[in-house]
Parts: sequence; C-alpha cells; structure tokens
Amino acid sequence: MTTSALVDRAAVEVSGVSKHFRLRHTHSLKEAVVWTVQGRARTDDFTALHPLDLTIEPGETLALLGRNGSGKSTLLKLLAGVMAPDSGQVRVRGRVAGLLEVGAGFHPDLTGRENVFLNAAILGLSREQVQERFDGIVAFADIGRFLDTQVRFYSSGMFLRLAFAVAVHTEPDVFLVDEILAVGDEAFRAKCLDRIERLAHEGRTLVVVSHDLPLVERLCSRGVLLDQGRLVADGPVRLAVERLRAAG
Amino acid sequence: MSTSAGVPDAVQPDLGQPDLGQPDLGQPDTGAPFVVQGRGGGLREVARRRFLLSLLVRKELRVRYRASVLGLGWSYVKPAVQFGVYFIGLGMVLRQNAIGDYAVYLFGGLVVMTTFGEALGNATRSVVANADLVRKIYLPRELFPVSSLAVAGVHLAPQLLVLVVGAVVAGWTPDPVGVVALLAGLGLTGILALGLGLLLGAANVLFRDVENVVDLVLVVLVWTSPVLYPWQRVADLLGADSWWFRLYQSNPLTVAVELVHRGTWAQASPGNALAMPPGLGGRCAVAFLVALSTVVVGQWVFGRLSGRFAQEL
Repeated sequence: MTTSALVDRAAVEVSGVSKHFRLRHTHSLKEAVVWTVQGRARTDDFTALHPLDLTIEPGETLALLGRNGSGKSTLLKLLAGVMAPDSGQVRVRGRVAGLLEVGAGFHPDLTGRENVFLNAAILGLSREQVQERFDGIVAFADIGRFLDTQVRFYSSGMFLRLAFAVAVHTEPDVFLVDEILAVGDEAFRAKCLDRIERLAHEGRTLVVVSHDLPLVERLCSRGVLLDQGRLVADGPVRLAVERLRAAG
Repeated sequence: MSTSAGVPDAVQPDLGQPDLGQPDLGQPDTGAPFVVQGRGGGLREVARRRFLLSLLVRKELRVRYRASVLGLGWSYVKPAVQFGVYFIGLGMVLRQNAIGDYAVYLFGGLVVMTTFGEALGNATRSVVANADLVRKIYLPRELFPVSSLAVAGVHLAPQLLVLVVGAVVAGWTPDPVGVVALLAGLGLTGILALGLGLLLGAANVLFRDVENVVDLVLVVLVWTSPVLYPWQRVADLLGADSWWFRLYQSNPLTVAVELVHRGTWAQASPGNALAMPPGLGGRCAVAFLVALSTVVVGQWVFGRLSGRFAQEL
C-alpha cells in the first residue's frame, strides 16, 4: 500500500502510533488509602490503539470502521492533534479541521454571528478569510433572522446547521469527521453530503468515522477496519464494510 | 460561495519551506510542510493567532457579564469597594495614613495585586474551564492562560486611569523615570502572572487542588508586599540586614508594587521619594529575570503536559 515514493507527498502519515489510557479508580486521597489498604489495584491500563502504521494520500477518502471501542475515535483524535500518542508520531500536511463533535467550540451565550467568527478562527481561519466566507456560511446554514440571537435559544437543528456550515466552509486540507452526519433534517443532510463530496472532489483528504455503513460506502473509497485497537483490514471500502458486516 | 477563490488563501499561511514532492493533480496541499500533530508551537503560536486570541478575550468578557446590568462597570466597583475598605479600615482606623498620600500609595499597590490575582486565578482555571474545546479541537492550549491575562489587562485599564488621575491630583507631575517605572511594574506583574499561570494552569488539569491552593495564596499576597503598610515596618520587624527581609524584598511582586509606587506616589509630595526603599533598580533587574524564567519553566511544563490534557479532562 505504501511505497516510499508515495510517502513523500502523503497527506497524513501515521507511524508506529499507539495509545493507552490509565484508568484511575481512585479520585481522592481517602479512596486511595482505602483501596491500597484493601490491596486492590488503583489503576488499570487500557490499550486503545496498538502500534499502527497508516498512510493517507492527498485527496483520498478514507473510512475508519469498527465496532464501539475499537479505537476509531482515538485514532481520529490523534490525527487531529487533540491527544498526543504514547509512541510513534502523526504527521499531517496542510491545515487539519477536525469535526469531532458538531459545535464543540460554540458558546451558548454568544450570538450565532459571534460563534461563526469564533469557531472559524478556532479552526484556523484569519479575520479576512472569515469575513470573505461569512455570507456563504450564513446562506448554507439558512438560519435567517436568528443570526444575531444567542445560540442558547436555537433549536438543536439550527445549532447543528450553523456548526456544520462553519466547519465545511473552513475548507481544510485534511477534514476529519466523527459520526456527525446523522444530523438535521433530510434536506440538510443531503446538502451536507453534497458539500463533503465536493470537498473530496477538490482533492481534499477526508477521514470519516461512522457506523452508517451505506453512507460510508457512498462517501469513501478506502476503508480501514479496526478491531480492539488493531488494524485488521485496509482496502476498498466495500470489502471493509463486508468484513465488518460478516463479523456481526 | 467562492470556493475556487478561497482555496489558495487557505493554504498560504502554511507555506513554510519548499517541498520536494511534485505539485501534481492540482492538490491544494502538496506544498505545505509535514507537521507533527499534537506538538504545539507554544507561546509563539499564540502570537501568530492573535485574531483567535482577541475573539477568546471578547467571549470571556461577554460570558462573564452576561445578563448583567452593570456589565464591565463591575470592574470599577470591585476595586473601588476593596479600596474603600482598606482606606477606612487601615488608613483611618489603624492610622496607616501617616504615610503621605496614603490613598495613592494604597491604590497603586492594590492595582498590582488585583491584576495579578485575577490573571493568575483565572489562568489557573483556564484550561479546565475550556475542557470542551480542549477535548474536541486542537488549538494551541497556551491561548487559554494568555487570554486570562489579556482579560485581566482589560480590567486593569480603568483602574490605571483612576490611579494616574489620582496621583496627578495629589501632586504628581508625570516624570519620564516615573512613567517607565509604572509601566515596568505592570509589565513585571503580567510576565510573572503569565509564567505562573502556564505552570499552575497545566498542573490544575492533573490536580484540581491547585486552584484552591492558588486562591488561598492570593489572599495572603496582599500582606507580603508593601501595599497596605510602609516597607520600614517589615524592616523593623525582621531586621533590615536579615535574610528574611532580603527575601521579602526579592519577591517580584514587592518589586512590582515598589515600581508602581516609584511611578505614581513617590513624586506626588516632596517627602515621599525619601521613603522609597533603596536599591530598587538592581532588584528590578533580578525580578525581571525571575519572572522571565517562570515563563520559560511554565511554558516547558505546559508543553510537556498539554499532550495529556484531552484525556485527563
């Protein structure tokens, strides 16, 4: 899959990356003393990802598949740089925008307009870029006169529309999407999918985590299957989906 | 939606060094350098993202004063009440107003203490308070303590105005050395708050006890510098040559308070300058070195721990 000629211009390169979490059972001095006296282990190690290599070419659309707890979201967070790996490294070319949760950077006390600016800036845009794209974002979200209302008064659908509109308009080089496409009404969902497909056609790299298999088959060309923190299959998305279905 | 116009713009800031790869397929990103994820650029990256910083500061102010009639006016009321309490309690009841121009002396010191307290207290909480962002989106996490410092700076502005006007009314004709000393005192306060804020903000993610300890220490601080009383009292108590007194005088916050006194209070009445402690210039240089090294240490610790923030929150 990864010849050295390709590595030179890869969009994302994951080499030897692993991640484990220490689950702390005790959260206070008192508990710690009690657990120690009782001879119980105070921490548990949990390996979310075993050492893993993955190269993603520019313009590739990749689906991360697997059951709950297989390490998909952990890998996505490592790609986004939200967490640092315990071993190995993740390298990314260009600007990365992770949509790990719709509206994560939104603040309920700010108006829609203020939130658009804040979030676009968080995702890496400059003042000029936000101003330039502002009208497009508002048109896409289609929230009309609520733009200058505090977001706390938005319906959940409106909130999601605005958050998604900001994210897709940041036009990142690498776009990470975690299980967010099940949002909004049918019409808006179709619009989002169109937009994401357009980003992919423009040669941007797309990494999607989703349990919605038909959707994944439509959006992505390559599928990577994870199981208990290990990469078990990597190939055309159809094969990965079949394998996941067969595994039950 | 002018996508084609927006694409090159989106990539421009990242163009650092030329890449050896072929610019093929019209990809928007082949020229950008390979960047290791999860390793932030620290305060330097914060300096590059001033637009985001300004928006975070505005958000902070907006959220703090939501549904508040007085709004930013509270940043006048709180110091005014604090000043009133000390002025009446210490100045009039306990007769500290033997110090000439006690109001200017007191307020000058309080400006340093309230600014430092607000900046450090909020910086310590800043990472935990922004847990939602830290867990879901990558951005240089140093932005949070830095924006706490900037918010404290916004609140400082009106107090500084009151201080300068008060000092002029008391008889200060702004002199160049005084203005430099005033600015140096406030700068020193800010640098120290930033360094400690980075250090404690990161530590607070692992142990939430830190924010309580900080609150406790902040209550004591106003007494460990010559804010409410003259420095001679401490010299008399500890002995002017003792190590304890030297320690007291080496406290960078003590230096900051004295610099502000030198700036505003010392020239307000003829006798005041004589009451200034000796050797301020040398201690000022040392204090700046200490403050700058807290920034270096704070940034180092913050950088080391920031990879763990997302999983600890």
